[in-house]
Amino acid sequence: MTISKPLGRQTEKLTTGTQAVAQAVKLADVDVMAAYPIRPYDGVMQAVAKLIADGELDAEYIVAESEHSQFEICKHASAVGSRVFVGSSGVGWMYAMESNAVTPSLRLPVVAMIGNRALDDPGAFGVEHNDAMAVRDLGWLLFWVEDAQECFDATLMAYRVGEDKRVFLPVGLGVDGAFITHSQTLIKIPDQETVNEFLPPYDLGERLLHPDNPISIAPQANEDWVMEIRKQTDDAAKRVKGVIREAHDDFRRLFGRGGDNPFFEEYMTEDAEYVLFGMGSLGLPAKVMVRRLRDRGEKVGFVRLKWFRPFPDEELAEVLGRFRAVGVVDRDYAYGSPQHGGVLFTDLRAALYDAERRPRVVNFIGGLGGRELTPEMMDEMAYITKRAAAGETVPTVSWIGVRE
Amino acid sequence: MTTEAPGRALKLEPIKSIKKAPKEEYFESGHRTCQGCLSSLPMRLMAKAAGPRTIVLGTTGCMYVANTTYMSTPWVVPWMHTQLGAAGSSAIGTAAGLKSLMRKGKMKDEPINVIAFCGDGGGADMGLSAISAALTDIEYNLLIFLYDNESYANTDIQTSGQTPWGAVTTFSPPGKKHRIMQRRWKKNVPGMLAAGHPDTRYIASGTPAVPVDMMDKVRAALSAGGPTYMHVLDPCPKGWHYDPEHSTELGKLAIETGIYPLYEIKDGVLNFTGKTKQLALGRRRKPVREYLEKQGRFAHFKNQDYAYFQKKVDEMWEQWIIPCVVAFSYGGPINITTEEPKVRNNNVKRENASWIGEPGHAHEEHEGVSDMPNEPWRDDNELDEYPNALPSMGQ
Ligand SMILES: Cc1ncc(C[n+]2csc(CCOP(=O)(O)OP(=O)(O)O)c2C)c(N)n1
Ligand code: SF4
Ligand SMILES: [Mg+2]
Repeated sequence: MTISKPLGRQTEKLTTGTQAVAQAVKLADVDVMAAYPIRPYDGVMQAVAKLIADGELDAEYIVAESEHSQFEICKHASAVGSRVFVGSSGVGWMYAMESNAVTPSLRLPVVAMIGNRALDDPGAFGVEHNDAMAVRDLGWLLFWVEDAQECFDATLMAYRVGEDKRVFLPVGLGVDGAFITHSQTLIKIPDQETVNEFLPPYDLGERLLHPDNPISIAPQANEDWVMEIRKQTDDAAKRVKGVIREAHDDFRRLFGRGGDNPFFEEYMTEDAEYVLFGMGSLGLPAKVMVRRLRDRGEKVGFVRLKWFRPFPDEELAEVLGRFRAVGVVDRDYAYGSPQHGGVLFTDLRAALYDAERRPRVVNFIGGLGGRELTPEMMDEMAYITKRAAAGETVPTVSWIGVRE
Repeated sequence: MTTEAPGRALKLEPIKSIKKAPKEEYFESGHRTCQGCLSSLPMRLMAKAAGPRTIVLGTTGCMYVANTTYMSTPWVVPWMHTQLGAAGSSAIGTAAGLKSLMRKGKMKDEPINVIAFCGDGGGADMGLSAISAALTDIEYNLLIFLYDNESYANTDIQTSGQTPWGAVTTFSPPGKKHRIMQRRWKKNVPGMLAAGHPDTRYIASGTPAVPVDMMDKVRAALSAGGPTYMHVLDPCPKGWHYDPEHSTELGKLAIETGIYPLYEIKDGVLNFTGKTKQLALGRRRKPVREYLEKQGRFAHFKNQDYAYFQKKVDEMWEQWIIPCVVAFSYGGPINITTEEPKVRNNNVKRENASWIGEPGHAHEEHEGVSDMPNEPWRDDNELDEYPNALPSMGQ
């Protein structure tokens, strides 16, 4: 069901997160897609299939026989110059991991939606971020969205940033399973003309695989050249932040939204003494909790990370240095890591190490396997963080909402 | 030569004789494969047959690792590596990418050949499901070209689903307790693919030891339209353990002994080609021993091993519903030994075919055939000396 009413040059639609991504895929005029079923991401493939069936989108739609093939198909379609869209969840994403691992080295801007899901066994459909995080060191850019609107917006951003000549890297959209993939909200959809202004055509230039440009891609390089090639990818990864800033400015100008900061969102942080920090659908209960606590006179805020790769280390150090304590909420686990903390926590601590003013950083692991993170749980996390801010002894890492 | 066939495939005429083959090479010097490698020769022949408007994808294996060193690529046509099990999906992705861009006016509309090659390990084992999927997607023009050197050669010659029964590999060394460690009969991949993918318009087997036949099959495949498959048997001096000068001879012997058949299945019609056609018409098959004896990987064979091998090959010719292609037989209601089989096998004349008539008439009698135990390789090994496992070359 869609309710449409024009809003300036934008249309409003009631969509789920996956349907919102499909709308962006359509406006991005994607050429090739490959689908394979796994919940909760696959709603997006159902939505684009319908768009194609209805003639709203002209694209090759391939039903692959596995996720490995799904991602290989899109990788190769991207190499001959077509804009591609692919996605998966949980173990499906892991099944494609070989392809995921090589795509960044090939410098192909594949865009994938990762409907975050627990890596079952044991059986679970619900959100955990470990699936997408498995590629965090491999050259994928990773964005975590907060709602359906951001699903739409981030998809366009993904193509714009990934396909930029200075970047040419794949982009993964982390979309929390169920909470975002399957929840409906009203989103604003811009018209085709404005999208075209924001998103230039995909152009691989001299790296296009075509008989008129007979190059050999990914030959056997070994120790003679692999280091240089890795360094080039590292250089590209370093250029991404600048490209994101440019794209973000254009996005705000053309579509009138996106917030001040391209990398993270600050919520009620102006005079905050301590904040919670996290990604994805956590934003909603966190903001509710912050408002409630503010009513009680607490100087608490919330910072929501959008781009997890590249990790906005300096930008975060500058902002988080203002607070006495930061409580990092991880919807993931990292067994045996430093302090046995989550992935986000470990990354953030590393990012703050050189900062002039370092807040105390504590960690909460919660909401695993799709368990809801309630405002009450957020309240508990805020309380521990507050005590950390006051210099009290608190556990560095706490698992929240676990039965004894 | 480059007119267009239906379905926007390039129409390529048969070459017919080696002297008429194009002079131009699209796979040149620069590779580092072993001397006598008959896996790199089909690359050259395939590229020559396909011509310049071609994109080649290749899976990991000797034809990647030893073939495309950075900055000395032998490929004159565009080439891209794909993952070990991804021949089918890389071909689909490439063909789908080209198709969408051409349809939407984002790229010049012209026929471009898409060929994805894979080894037996990459294609017949790991990548089988992706190849199968590719062969059902009739909207895309592509050729899956499986070069079969009968082992995971690049990783130091390990057993694959295409390694012949009994062969020594680094995963199947003969030992004091077990003479035979490789106890699986070779998977019949082109036959399986043909049986399961009736919409695929062209499936063929070939070998670079018979180059014109192989090149013409490449051309027929590329001109057929839709997804197509070729299986190519490639003698491998390192893995099969023989002097490189015998590569072509071994390729031919594989056919003459009836171990490896040459055929093409075009629009559902099977044709044996080359010497296989003559075998099908009743010409005597050479004993498999002639082929096996020339290779170090079978040096540990005893008489009963040769006999078992011969028996299995005889079965392929005498008991399969279509010799060497379709392995199962028919349970009724029609008695196929007296009536025409209901297969789209129009070109093989049954009355002349060697699989009708007295079993075993088409090959020489062999020592040890009659008293052969069921699983001779399970015997304790009585040999005092064992052929060494293949030398490690650590490619
Ligand atoms: C997913 C994966 N598993 C294992 C390997 C290691 N590997 C590299 S080449 C190769 C051999 C492939 O054998 P085949 O496809 O028969 O080609 P050949 O080497 O015989 O030419 C293997 C197993 C790999 N590259 N990728
Ligand atoms: S090992 Fe065999 S397939 Fe590999 S390069 Fe040598 S001869 Fe060719
Ligand atoms: Mg092999």
